[in-house]
This record gives sequence, structure tokens and C-alpha cells, in this order.
Amino acid sequence: MLSFSPVGSSLSKGETLLDTFLNLQAVGVTHFVVRHERSGVLEDLAPLLKASVINAGDGWHEHPTQALLDLLTLRERWGGFKGRKIVILGDIRHSRVARSNLFALKKLGAKVTFCGPTPLCPDDFSALGATVEHDVEKALKGADAVNVLRLQLERMDQGFVPSLADYALAYQLTPARADLMKPEALVMHPGPINRGVEIASEVADGPRSVILEQVANGVLARMAVLALCEEGGRGA
Amino acid sequence: MPEQLIVAGGLLIDPASRIEAIRDVLIEDGRVAAVGTGLTRKPAFKGVATIDARSKWVLPGLVDMHVHLREPGREGDETIATGSKAAARGGVTTVLAMANTEPVSDTPSQISFLRSKARTDAAITVLFAGAVTLGQKGEKLTEFAKLRAAGAAALSDDGRPVMNAGLLRRALEAAKDLGLLVIDHCEDLHLSNGACVHEGPEALRKGLKGSPWAAETVQVMRDIALCELTGARLHIAHVSAASSVAAIRTAKKHGIRISAEAAPHHFALIDKNIEGYDTDGKMNPPLRENRDRQALLAGLADGTIDAIATDHAPHGCAAKSLGMDLAPFGVIGLETSLAVALTELFHKKILTRRQLVERMSSCPAALLGLKGKGTLAPGADADLVVVDPNISWTPEPPYLSKSRNTPFTGKKLKGRAITTLSAGRVVHAL
Repeated sequence: MLSFSPVGSSLSKGETLLDTFLNLQAVGVTHFVVRHERSGVLEDLAPLLKASVINAGDGWHEHPTQALLDLLTLRERWGGFKGRKIVILGDIRHSRVARSNLFALKKLGAKVTFCGPTPLCPDDFSALGATVEHDVEKALKGADAVNVLRLQLERMDQGFVPSLADYALAYQLTPARADLMKPEALVMHPGPINRGVEIASEVADGPRSVILEQVANGVLARMAVLALCEEGGRGA
Repeated sequence: MPEQLIVAGGLLIDPASRIEAIRDVLIEDGRVAAVGTGLTRKPAFKGVATIDARSKWVLPGLVDMHVHLREPGREGDETIATGSKAAARGGVTTVLAMANTEPVSDTPSQISFLRSKARTDAAITVLFAGAVTLGQKGEKLTEFAKLRAAGAAALSDDGRPVMNAGLLRRALEAAKDLGLLVIDHCEDLHLSNGACVHEGPEALRKGLKGSPWAAETVQVMRDIALCELTGARLHIAHVSAASSVAAIRTAKKHGIRISAEAAPHHFALIDKNIEGYDTDGKMNPPLRENRDRQALLAGLADGTIDAIATDHAPHGCAAKSLGMDLAPFGVIGLETSLAVALTELFHKKILTRRQLVERMSSCPAALLGLKGKGTLAPGADADLVVVDPNISWTPEPPYLSKSRNTPFTGKKLKGRAITTLSAGRVVHAL
């Protein structure tokens, strides 16, 4: 296993990403687990490589293994997804977690509501199959689960939110807001948490929270992905 | 003996002369000498070389008022020589090259240099725009009178908007006094904010940063107001958004002297047509949604959009392989513009053949005030294109352009230029 980051590598000397991958493949790498800031980066690269390529998050686009571990966590609690209502709350625009969860949950028959302020949760998301709701109380009412997204601190400087406090006032998952959901509803967060910004500590640590189950399931989901790639690699 | 040539038996479509009929065109010493019937049978023209244009269209050479030829500064991507060959292949005999070269074409000496280069290197007529502001920085106006004296054919900071409305106002006033056309790239940089594609569901799905249609339209509306204020003429480059078309239509109804162009990629494609993260689908303004495309088609049909212009923007493969966020904006278009227009506008009955010639030749020639271009009336330059409107073909590299960044590669098109003449010389023959 190699850990690789652009700093100090030939990428910082101007090598193209494809050349970097081809070099690593040449020294025997059979599986790439890639996180990259550019959306869609693997769509061009993966077809050109013999090795397995696992998307560990590309820009704002997708984070498939996070969606798998979220699904695993929900399935352990629920058994199935049909008719369930899941709210994804926060900075949807810049969230690969939100997109991967939406695509997977829709496929399994669940209903997904995206909730956040319009700059971070534009109405155009409805064209992708999500219900878009900017009123957090309305969104949470009767939900089976909420997946709270981290608010990145730089969004303030970019004008998406006026301040963290202002965002928290309007959209923080507080105990009162969490209680608008069904009594047995679950609270999720892909981490790391900004306590007191997007989620109140009482909720993050409260009885509805399955955040640490998500962390544990992350190991299992990623082991499964690697095992499937290994199997596929042997079959090919 | 004058050098003579007859283009015989074609369907001549010359809107400026109100002709749409089978005609022979006699060319003498680079100009149209006569237009008539049965010229080849006249004893006086016995032995004169002829081009058989029967069952073809004969059009005045196309005028593309928006191209980037990359010279000087980026000769690896395109030159005046290669860009003009690409144009000839597409039936284009006059181009207006934009000023965003390296260095920027903002001085009379650079315009003079470029014009002398075009005289030696270009297969067709290459005109040059001078920048509106020094270095296209949007801070200080260039010397318009000197630029005009050096031969600048128009003024534009294209590639960048003139964000400062006060400065654009002064530019329009000065350009009006000199009779120069200002061409504006409409983009509010605060709204576009470094985005790489159109803001909408497709950008959200792909996780790409989008620029809203309003980034263009707010500038179009501002320009309309400045046009009305100054009484100057102003031309809007590469219109892409439905609301921009609506604003221009209303302005024209009120007698405001605004004109506009649309690019083939914008009226033929929408954002959803680009698969994955193909940077050959990245240009500025971006491909938008179906409502925008439909508005452009309607605007082309009713004359709200005066001209079709390619915004031919060559970029090398290395730059285009940097991914959607970092790759440069732009697509080439000179070799496919006529074919795309025939396929999407004529064959789909959006425009008549006469309207198509207006949008691609006579209207842009008139907007630029070009004498002897955009028509084949006797006395005009013998810039002429013979077109087979029904031939099917598929663009594939290599292109005559040095670059190959076009979303039309592999797309089946119907119609193309068979023969192109520039000043009576054959510059393209299929």
C-alpha cells in the first residue's frame, strides 16, 4: 500500500495526472483509491488504466463509498428503503456526499429532500429527482432520517452565507428541529462535525445519532469495495 | 487579357442583389464582372475557364465576424495562415480576428504588423479588431483614431467584458464619431465568478461550477441602455441566453442600434449534449439549455440575431486535457460553421437558404461596413463559395486548423463548401 499526495510528487513538477497514474501502475499498483478536487476526474482516467480505480471523492461530484456506508447504516436499522423520507441538510451545492446519496437512495425507492439556503441548495436540484425545501422545519417534518452536511468555513468568504452564526440560526439541526422528525428517526453526519454550526452537540451525541455507526460501517463498506475489485481483477 | 473565370450554372443566392436564380458569374481580375445566363455559350467567353456549379448553390463568400487566430503569441495553436486555410475550407472568405492575442492588439503598430502578415500569409481576407482598452484590462481606452488609421476593422475586448460601464460609454461615443463598430463580450464577471459551464441541473449533476444565464443578460441589458444613451452602434458577441435574445429583440423594436451574433455551437447544442467532462464542450459563454437554444433559433429566424459567427477559438490538446475547471474556454468552428448551419437551420426549416446567406454573409459584411463583400453584384470582390447543400459528411481530425477542439467531431452533418474563391482565386476545392 502506497500513500500518495501531489505535494512532493512529480505532479508538482508539471507531470500530468494520467502520467502519474501510469507510472504508479508500472511499479505494480493494482488498485487506486483516489480523492481529487476536480469533479469527474476519474471518468477520463479510469478507462486508460488496467488497475482498479475507486472513487474516494471527486470535487463536488460523487463520493460513492460514503453513500454505501450511509446505506449500510440505514439498512441495518430499517431493513429496507421503500417509502422512507431522508432529508439531506446543509451545503448541498458543494457536496459530493449529497449527490451520491441522492442517486443511490432514489434507486432504492426512498424519497430525498435537499434542504439548505438557496445559494447552497439551488432549486435546480429538483431536476435531479430531489425535493428541494428551504424551510428546515418543513423539510424535517415526518422524516425518517436526516443527513447533516458539514458547512465549510470558506463559504462565508465566498458570499454563500453571511456568517456561521447566521447560518446556524436558520439551519442548525437543534434538538427542537430534530424532534419534528418521526420519533424513531435517525441523525447522520459524514464528518468531520462543526459542533454548534450545522449541528448542535446535544443532537450529535443524542439517542437518534448514528454518526459513529457510520464511521464503523465505513471500514466495512470500503473493505467490501476492495474485495469486489480484487475479485473482478482476478476474473478479468 | 484579363484573368477570367466563369462559375456556371449554379443557383445564385445573393440577397443583397435580390437574386435567387440559376446564374453564371463571370469573374475578371478578382472581381465579379457580370452575372447572367448562358455566359458560357457566348463566343466572347470561349475558352474561359469554368467551374461547373450545376445543382449546387453559389453564394457570396461567408463573413465570420468573430474568430481568434492566436497570432501573435500562440502560434502553436493557430496562425493567420492555418486559420485562413480552415476558413477557406468552410466557405469563409472574410474573418474578423479578435484582439486577445499575446501581446494584445491594442496599438496601431500591431494592427499594421498583423495586416502585413495577413497580406503575405492569408488565403482569404483577414481583418483585425483593435482592443477597446489597453491590454484588455478594462482600465484605459486605446487610441481609436490611430487604430482606425492603421486599419483596425472594429473594436473589441472580446474574451473579456468591458466591466466598467462609464468606460464603455466613452468608448461608444468615440467609436461613433469614428464610425467604428464596438463588439462587446457580455459577461458580468461577478456573476460568472470563474465558472466553467452553464449553471443549471446539468452542472449540478456533474458537480461543476456554473455561470448563470443572467451573467450575460445583465450585461446585454446594460449595453442596450448605453447604446440608447450614446446613439452609437454596438454589437453583442456570441449571444447564448434566451433572455438576452428577448432583450435585444425589444431594443431593436425601439430603434436602438444594437446588433448581435450567435455561434453554431450555441444554436446546435445544449449542455446535456456534452458527454461526461469533455472539454471540447467548454466555451464561454457556455452551452446552455433547450429554452436558450430555441430562443436563438427564433432570433435567427426573425432577425433579432443578425449574424452567425463561430468564435473560432483554437486550443492545443495539452491545454484542453487539464479538465473542465482548468482547461481554456473555446472551440474551433471555421471548418464546420456552414455545415452546422445547413444541417440545423436550413434542413430543419428554421431559415430559408436566403436567410442563411444573410446571416452568414451579407449581414455581417454590412455590420462591418465592408464594401464589395457579402454580395456577388458586378464590381464586388470575387469572394464566392460553391455549396452542395445535400452532401453528407462527418468532421474528423486532422483539421486544417492547427487545433482540433470541436464538439462536432464525429457528428453527421449535411452540406458543405465544395469550392471557395477568394478574390477570384481558388482557395479550397473538395
